[in-house]
This record gives sequence, structure tokens and C-alpha cells, in this order.
Amino acid sequence: MVEVFVFAVFALVAIGGALVMVMARNPVHSAIGLLTTMFSIAVFYVLLNAHFIAAIQVLIYAGAVMTLFLFVIMMIGVDKTEDTTEQIPWQRPIAIVVSVGLAAVILIAGSQAWITGRSVFGVDGVNGTIEAVADALFGTWTLAFLSTVFLLTIAAVGTIAMAQYLPRRPEEES
Amino acid sequence: MMLTPGWYMALAAVLFSIGGAGVLVRRNALVMFMSIELMLNSVNLTFVAAGTGLGLIEGQVAALFVIVVAAAEVTIGLAILVAVFRGRATANVDELSSLGG
Repeated sequence: MVEVFVFAVFALVAIGGALVMVMARNPVHSAIGLLTTMFSIAVFYVLLNAHFIAAIQVLIYAGAVMTLFLFVIMMIGVDKTEDTTEQIPWQRPIAIVVSVGLAAVILIAGSQAWITGRSVFGVDGVNGTIEAVADALFGTWTLAFLSTVFLLTIAAVGTIAMAQYLPRRPEEES
Repeated sequence: MMLTPGWYMALAAVLFSIGGAGVLVRRNALVMFMSIELMLNSVNLTFVAAGTGLGLIEGQVAALFVIVVAAAEVTIGLAILVAVFRGRATANVDELSSLGG
């Protein structure tokens, strides 16, 4: 029963953080809302016995990625709150209707097909320790793991190239 | 009442839809980017929940790869945003229309 209670509390926290992220005018408030949601998702990983993924979630997402986001927000976006007037007047209601419809379709279709038979906390739960994840990662999925090395190298090179790229000031067009 | 993986998938679907609404509604490029991160996170939750329901470790391996790709995407995307901001001094996507003629 305690698992259901923890899930309910952190589900509400996650959805609340996501709504704060979407609706806050100030980008820093959006970042804090997303941070709350990411910590809640780490709690869900612990509930699902995925301890290594939970640690990675906190270290990489809540640590590195959100720090990078806050860094860039402080650099380019914090001083002015967003102008909320829409260029296309019907875009916002259409977007909300589309999103609610998407959620409804996924929930209705998924309730027919989801794996609902087994208990998460029964004997057939997955062992998510570092050892178990590493066995799969360096055994079956070695090639995929090595290709992420190339991906990260390319990303680092691309970031350095973007940092050295100095665009011309657009004064000639305005 | 038992807590099955379906509950986590339902929550992930709701979070995914909220992230999609953020991409469609907001005009600040940074907040749109954060919404995309939220969508990636909810998909990760679906992977891990499905792996637990099926008794497979591969769900967690897939989530790990998604995290790696998302980290690479964040570095590149934020570098592009900073470069755009240096040229145009705005993060509003409505004003970044120089390719639109």
C-alpha cells in the first residue's frame, strides 16, 4: 500500500511540475518546474527497481542538463518575460485541444493493451542494479553502446564548432 | 489495489501530452526545448515500466541510450540557441523567421 501512496503523491508532484513548466512566464520558473518533475521521475525509477537509471536520472538530467539550461537562461532569456500575444489567434485553443485529445487517445488505446497483469513488486520484478544493467549493456548491446561514443564525440565537436561560429550582425537587413 | 506498470505508462502519457502542449503553446525557444526534454523523460518512464512489466532488463538499457542521446541533443540545441541569440538578440521563435522570406 505504501507504494501506491508514494506513487500517487509523486504523480501529482510530477504533473504539477510539468504544468508549472508549461505555464510559467519566467523561464527560470519553468526550469524549476521541470527539475521537480525530473526528481519525481527518479522516484518512480526507484519504485520500479531501476536503481541505476534513477541515479543516472538525478546525475545527468537534474544535475548536468538542468544546470546547463539554467546557465543558458541566465545568459540569454531571464531579463524579459515572454510576450504572450499570439501571432495566430486560434493556435492556443487548438494546441490545448490537440494535446488533451492525444492524452485521451493514448490512455484509451493503452488501457486495452498495457501489461497490467503482473505486480511491479512481485517476484518477477527486474533487478536494476549496476551489475545487471552492465551485463546487458556490455554483453548484448556492446555495438549500440560503442556507437553512443561516436554520437557524444560528434556532439562535442559540433558544440565547439557552434561556439566558434561568429554570425554576422543583421544590421544590413534591418 | 496493485500498482501495475500500466499506471506508470498512464502517467507517462499525461506527461508526454503536457510536454507536447508546451511545444505548441510557448514561443520562448528555451521553454520549448524544456518541453521536449519532458517528452523524452516520459518516454524513458514508459521504457522502464514496460521492461519491468515484461521482466526484461532491455527497458532500462533503452532508457539509458535515450538519456545519452538527449544529453547530446541538449548540448547541440543550446549551442544553436546561443549562436542565434548572438546574432538576433531574441529567443522568441516568432521573430526567427529569416528563412521564411
